[in-house]
Amino acid sequence: MNIFQQKWMTNALFVILAAGAVAPLFAADTRLPQWIEVVLGGLMSGVLYSLVALGLVLIFKASGVFNFAQGAMVLFAALSLVRLMEKMPFAVALAVTVVIMIGVAWLIERLVLRPLVNQEGIVLFMATLGIAYFLDGLGQTIWGSDVYTLDVGMPKEPKILLENVFEGGILVGMEDVIAAVIAAVLVGLLALFFQKTPTGRALRAVADDHQAAQSIGIPLNRIWVIVWSVSGIVALVAGIIWGSKLGVQFSLQLVALKALPVVILGGFTSVPGAIVGGLIIGLGEKLSEVYLGPYLGGGIENWFAYVLALVFLLFRPEGLFGEKHIDRV
Amino acid sequence: MIYREAGQYKTTYQADQQLFPILQDKIFVLMLLGFAFFAVPLLASEYLFRAILIPFLILTLAAIGLNILVGFCGQVSLGTGGFMAVGAYAAYNLAIRLPDLNLIVVFILAGLAATVVGVLFGLPSLRIKGFYLAVATLAAQFFLDWAFARIGWFTNYAPSGSVSAPALTIFGYTFESPVQKYLLVLSIVCVFTLVARNLTRGAIGRSWMAMRDMDVAAEVIGIRPLYAKVTAFAVSSFFVGLAGALWAFVYLGAWEPLAFDVNRSFQLLFMVIIGGLGALLGSFLGAAFIVILPLMLNQLPGWLGISMSTALISHIEFMTFGALIVFFLIVEPHGLARLWAIGKEKLRLWPFPH
Repeated sequence: MNIFQQKWMTNALFVILAAGAVAPLFAADTRLPQWIEVVLGGLMSGVLYSLVALGLVLIFKASGVFNFAQGAMVLFAALSLVRLMEKMPFAVALAVTVVIMIGVAWLIERLVLRPLVNQEGIVLFMATLGIAYFLDGLGQTIWGSDVYTLDVGMPKEPKILLENVFEGGILVGMEDVIAAVIAAVLVGLLALFFQKTPTGRALRAVADDHQAAQSIGIPLNRIWVIVWSVSGIVALVAGIIWGSKLGVQFSLQLVALKALPVVILGGFTSVPGAIVGGLIIGLGEKLSEVYLGPYLGGGIENWFAYVLALVFLLFRPEGLFGEKHIDRV
Repeated sequence: MIYREAGQYKTTYQADQQLFPILQDKIFVLMLLGFAFFAVPLLASEYLFRAILIPFLILTLAAIGLNILVGFCGQVSLGTGGFMAVGAYAAYNLAIRLPDLNLIVVFILAGLAATVVGVLFGLPSLRIKGFYLAVATLAAQFFLDWAFARIGWFTNYAPSGSVSAPALTIFGYTFESPVQKYLLVLSIVCVFTLVARNLTRGAIGRSWMAMRDMDVAAEVIGIRPLYAKVTAFAVSSFFVGLAGALWAFVYLGAWEPLAFDVNRSFQLLFMVIIGGLGALLGSFLGAAFIVILPLMLNQLPGWLGISMSTALISHIEFMTFGALIVFFLIVEPHGLARLWAIGKEKLRLWPFPH
């Protein structure tokens, strides 16, 4: 197994993957504009995966909980927002939803995490599975289970760019561009929050070492509420973007399953990892679906991301940016 | 008073290492087996067999398989549904392509097919640990889902992707009625529970547990990680694959790939954790809990005289299920099997606590 640990092997893997991404260009029937469209589309959807993955990473960093309920939180937030918007203007509904998500975070900390403190990771993981079931049921009991269209004024028509360079130009969905911009802004804000504010520093301290953080007077319980609230708000943003793309419906919670390979590829403990991982997965997924799919019978989108992540893991078991774990007896 | 082992001396190593060292346990298990084999077929209704007992037994077998991997060897797997599917489709293909083959052989071969696939997907466990591995096993789940839905050969080119199992005929005897099917499944589950029990208390089981408790330390004292992890994946996948074949042939009869999707994996993981990690009894208790709970929740509004729409009932069922799982984890994170063990300890002292 030693061969996997060599640095040049990892680099070689990157070269092979990059070559795989560019390879379609040299096939006879591929056109450059179409390839650029696919790459752009992949990167855009990658940004959206990153958004969901970000929520997972935030919670895992601060409390060591692998939060499977992130998808359910996305669905719950989107459902709350879409039903509240029927009764009040968008800005008010947004504010109320944020309050609801903070309430959910507080309840989760109070009712689930606090009694389960110091349990093994697997037990906490199962607890979040329970939370996921509960939130799915609760959201649909309160808000109903129909498919709702969420309209927050995103432009739907695609735009044609670079018409004078290529024949026919490149088709870009404006919706995707705006989503990518929002995601980028959110990531920037989170980075600022983590690096510059006292709360952010406290969060990073907790992430590094629970006990040490506690011993210098950082209140763990409040930190957890904050982290779950932040990832609730990230879930809300993801819910708005996904919801206006696909409609708010039960299947929205499945985006969490899409975010899992992103997280393991990037590393559970790394915010930049979530973003880079999302981009790689989004890109790989789209390219493989368009250029590899026809040979394998289509529908490979569902597992390709996982297999891609698995191959990465063989070379770097902690993901791309994850902390190297040293086992001691 | 009744449950006390005072006076039961063990004079040979054999007596010390027997399956049930305490006489009362032996009597209790024998009585339970007698009840399951003779009394239940006479007492239970057809609905009970079809809706509860048969799925309970088959899922128990799968949960035992998963428990070997997660509870004994400490490798979290979310791909159990996929391995069940391997067993089911392997059995289907063997049965229709080699119609003369004995069904028992078919089931065993189906388990072995799942073993091969399980070992293949288990190999990364040597490098990937913890939750990374859990997510990596999801790769197996989604890949297998896709393979059985898209590759026509597996379903014998059935246009809808749905296949149906041939009649259950073993040695010229056809298992048709729920009672016969129940007895067939019960016998298989009993045999393989015994196998699992003996594996887990033997040398190999101990090496799994050492791996679970601390893999580096286990390696230092001379347990080969490759051997321990791969055998755990192999044995676990065999059980799961066999359960998949039974689930398809005995319980479902006709099925499509959706029967073995990722929700099945989660359901089995729930069983193992609620029942108790690292305890075979836990697989039984967990399976019983997860099979019966949704049925109970479904019936509850009717019993209370409240009328609700079916959609609302299913949402509330989701909620209750989630809440109960969290509740159980908080009250007893080591599962129902631990409650049973505590009860036994209490019973030994009762009624004189000192």
